[in-house]
Amino acid sequence: MLDDVDRRILRQFQASPEASVAELAERCALTTASCWRRLEKLESSGVILGQEAIVDWQVLGFAVEVSLRVTLDKTQTTAFDEFINKARDVPEVLEIQTFLGRIDVRLSVIARDMAHYQDVYRTRILSLPHISDIEALMHVARIKSDEILPI
Amino acid sequence: MMDLDEVDHNILRALMSDARMSSKALGEKLGLSQPATWRRIKRLKDAGVIKGRRLLLNREKLGLGVTVFLGIKLATKGRVSLEDFERAVSAIPEVLSVEHILGLYDYRLKVVARDIPDFERILRRRIMTLPGAGQVEANVLLSEERRRGPI
Repeated sequence: MLDDVDRRILRQFQASPEASVAELAERCALTTASCWRRLEKLESSGVILGQEAIVDWQVLGFAVEVSLRVTLDKTQTTAFDEFINKARDVPEVLEIQTFLGRIDVRLSVIARDMAHYQDVYRTRILSLPHISDIEALMHVARIKSDEILPI
Repeated sequence: MMDLDEVDHNILRALMSDARMSSKALGEKLGLSQPATWRRIKRLKDAGVIKGRRLLLNREKLGLGVTVFLGIKLATKGRVSLEDFERAVSAIPEVLSVEHILGLYDYRLKVVARDIPDFERILRRRIMTLPGAGQVEANVLLSEERRRGPI
């Protein structure tokens, strides 16, 4: 189980993932050695999974982001697996999420401009298997995106 | 917009799966010298292509077993109400991300909770009481995967 010190380390680490162990230790009022030991333990127990670089797709020229909410034909027992497998082959798909609720799957799709989006949508998305309904939400702005967990 | 070559793409792909990789290890993997790799990473960071890193944590092990996406429609509109809503919703610690969207809903929120009763508490006490919040649709997240995108 996690104790208060572990939680303190995770809070600081989430806020600044680039910090060194020494910097983290200082912010948590720990010695570097004990902070390092705790980080090792958090990693070996699978609480810390790793770190990923965040790429800004707008800077790379992908100005359009669309959220596609998909309802699948669930009379086909393999609908989910087949749909997701094929969706993975579309390079413009950034996220694949499955849900319990009114929608089944959500795809986050990026494109250079509306013409490119139209092309991806017609040639790659609409040809995915078992779609019974699809609804597009256009992304306007990201108000909060730090994904910081309340620890 | 920045022009990237194949080597830049390889660097981005590697850092998206492990942001902690040193320029030495990354250079060895890609057959580049450590200084050349370091310069390329620096260039990607300076241009804003790499806009930071994210610490990946296991939500279940932190006691956050439920993730819900909420679509929210505002009951009243106007510039002031948008700003009030955005400020208030961003301040809720359990709300991990807030996106302004166009379509069926005005905002999409990603919310984490310990369990379903905890989610209900957040929904009733914090979300439904937001200024301007109208119709709400909830979808419980079952699985989520991030793809590396078109690079």
